Amino acid sequence: MSFLRNKLDQLRKPFGKGEKWEKFAPAINAFDTFLFVPNHTTKKGAHIRDAVDLKRTMITVVIALLPALIYGIYNTGYQHFTQLGESFTFMDAFLHGAAKIVPMIIVSYAVGLAIEFAFAVYRGHEVNEGFLVTGLLIPMIMPVDIPLWMVAISVVFAVLIGKEAFGGTGMNILNPALTARAFAFFAYPTYMSGNKVWVSEATHVDAISGETILGSLAAGREAGYDMWSMFAGSIPGSIAETSTLWILVGAAILILTGVGSWRIMLGGVIGAAFMGFLFNLWGVNALMSFPWYEHLLVGGFAFGIVFMATDPVSAAQTFKGKWIYGILVGIFCIMIRVFNPAYPEGVMLAILLMNVFAPTIDHYVVEANVKRRKKRLEAAKVKTA
Amino acid sequence: MSNDIKIKKGLNLKLKGEAERLISDAPRSKTFAIKPTDFHNVTPKMVVKPGDAVKAGDVIFFSKYSDTVKFVSPVSGTISEVKRGAKRKILEVTIDADAKDDYKEFGVKNPADLSSEEIKNHLLESGCWPFIKQRPYDVIANPEDSPKAIFISAYASAPLAADIEFILKDRKEDFQAGIDALSKLTSGKTHLSVDKNSNSFLNELSGVELHKVSGPHPAGNVGVQIHHIDPINAGERVWVINPEDVAVIGSLFRTGKLDATRVIAVAGTEAPKAQYFKAKIGTSVKDIIGTVPASVRIISGDVLTGDKIGNASAIGYYHNVVTLIPEGNEYRMFGWLPFKDNNIPSMSRTSFAWLFPNKKYKVNANLNGEERALVVTGEMEQVMPMDIYPMQLIKECMIGNIEKMESLGIYEVAPEDFALIDYTSTSKLEAQSIIRVALDIMIKEVG
Repeated sequence: MSFLRNKLDQLRKPFGKGEKWEKFAPAINAFDTFLFVPNHTTKKGAHIRDAVDLKRTMITVVIALLPALIYGIYNTGYQHFTQLGESFTFMDAFLHGAAKIVPMIIVSYAVGLAIEFAFAVYRGHEVNEGFLVTGLLIPMIMPVDIPLWMVAISVVFAVLIGKEAFGGTGMNILNPALTARAFAFFAYPTYMSGNKVWVSEATHVDAISGETILGSLAAGREAGYDMWSMFAGSIPGSIAETSTLWILVGAAILILTGVGSWRIMLGGVIGAAFMGFLFNLWGVNALMSFPWYEHLLVGGFAFGIVFMATDPVSAAQTFKGKWIYGILVGIFCIMIRVFNPAYPEGVMLAILLMNVFAPTIDHYVVEANVKRRKKRLEAAKVKTA
Repeated sequence: MSNDIKIKKGLNLKLKGEAERLISDAPRSKTFAIKPTDFHNVTPKMVVKPGDAVKAGDVIFFSKYSDTVKFVSPVSGTISEVKRGAKRKILEVTIDADAKDDYKEFGVKNPADLSSEEIKNHLLESGCWPFIKQRPYDVIANPEDSPKAIFISAYASAPLAADIEFILKDRKEDFQAGIDALSKLTSGKTHLSVDKNSNSFLNELSGVELHKVSGPHPAGNVGVQIHHIDPINAGERVWVINPEDVAVIGSLFRTGKLDATRVIAVAGTEAPKAQYFKAKIGTSVKDIIGTVPASVRIISGDVLTGDKIGNASAIGYYHNVVTLIPEGNEYRMFGWLPFKDNNIPSMSRTSFAWLFPNKKYKVNANLNGEERALVVTGEMEQVMPMDIYPMQLIKECMIGNIEKMESLGIYEVAPEDFALIDYTSTSKLEAQSIIRVALDIMIKEVG
């Protein structure tokens, strides 16, 4: 360890204060602090500090994403081989998926981190770790065959317009990963919707109709899959969104470590179940009469509510606000699914919509506290008068 | 008759190095020091100069903005030096102490026979006034105010804090006399808070409203107790005073002398002798702990709110604990990985520390990460047992929005109430400093 430390200290020298490459210090710091938690000690405030830092928090989210990602890699191959009617082994499916998805992850991280590093150097602050999560989320919510350059442009849009334009990490209004997906959806609709994009290499094969369950329902047809397939995730869809089972494993990691807000997750499930139930009672078309509990299993709902809606920056920040925000995401998700025939998946738009309203929700929650305080002041005045 | 206050939010940090319940007399320091920097917002106007002889209780300086607020010598001796810093700011006034104290005589008085004004003047003359602080703003009380209530917290919930009931155990008469005097300064109540399990004389005092407090730190913070007992509204003033200083005031009335003796806990894993010592205000820390290596951080006060001091410096005016912890300026390879380095406590469950709630930890002053943008939400609320939105308040404080700070509760808080936010912050925020700066803005703008 000390050998590595000494080497790093040597490497850092030209980046030090007053040295030739001082401006680029954030870049070398990012590598250094990846290897070592720095020797910085407290200067002001509490002398002792908690073991947690933003790196640990973000890595915990990445770990929570891994089960869904690994399953997504397998499912990509599985969908490809089963739809094409070819025989395959587990490894074949996994390797096919990996060959498709790993390049997407590499592109996403490379482009995003390059921009993050550039902004850190430009603004003279350290590289924030938020993109470790965003960079992984973006490929996980894309259709498998989307060209790499589209992934790259979506990342650029998300980081530049979605985040840095607002002042960088912690200041953005919209979830950056969803901003990337929304950008891709509206900029390249043919790659992002339809019945061919959800199965790897299906676009040039006529016999395949790899549409999603929500796609079938929107077209007025049956779901076509049993509940176990919906839960386990052996259905076509965005790369890592299909398996509710593995997403729940991620949710458990987030909730147990306290990194993800259970209030938002539970609120989302309550909101979606309530709305689904209401539509079940109404039940005039396939999407409305689709059982409310199956609504929770299909599409990007589970993934969105666990990994996207809980983004602490773009979600509501007060405890009460998180409940309201979560419930509304759930309600709007099912509403958009049912009422928007052009776009049967509603979770992305529901979360983006609520991202915009989250500050307003918080405003009213905080305002209630302010009012309470004012009331107390008035009561005190009466007492002394 | 007592009223219970149950606090749920907060965090009890269990640390190694608790002071043993044993009181020894600290060797008498050759030099004592009073640091004007201990008194927030006080610009000293010197009365003495180097070479002057002073008795214990003689005025050394007074506040430039309120000449009635006097700061006196804790011992008798000769003024040896007035240390100055940048812009000639006075950092320290040192006194070469006599072998035995010669006290200035203030006269034995019975608080029951005195009017409120006479008590006030007596406290101002004797130099006991700086013991009394006011909320809002956490500064020395303005003698011209009349507070709506006085609060005394005898429950120290901070990690490795001195056990107040233990250090006061032989001072019942002094404490009662102090209460008798102080309670005349307010037309409202004098509130005394004790630990729920307390069974000391503090439960038997007259002239106070007793409150039994339970719950994790910061339940012992007087600000938290005020919030739950009688919250401060805009324009109101309450006064707060440390329990040991109540006893000093009581002894002033009973003996006519200012005996600035304190019982100080020396705690922390690096303390050569973790126990209690009797020493006078202004005692040099070296005389109690000896010389410690540079790898040890000496904190005058507790680990959450204290001041870093040098080995040659004096213990802070308001402090009754000195904590010694390792500096911890070391690198930790991949220390950011979850569930690695579980020997460092964490409120988050990204370390196994939460599985062992009763385990005691050896902590150091490492930042355990780097400062980052405010990203994680909800963690501040978990350690703030007040009906206040801490993150929103901090953000308004950062931009100095006075109106918003007022409406979000700035009058009710002191920096110490944000100490656990400093500790738990994922972004390594310095919330206490932000609140202090914001309070100073409020003093300037609102007064």
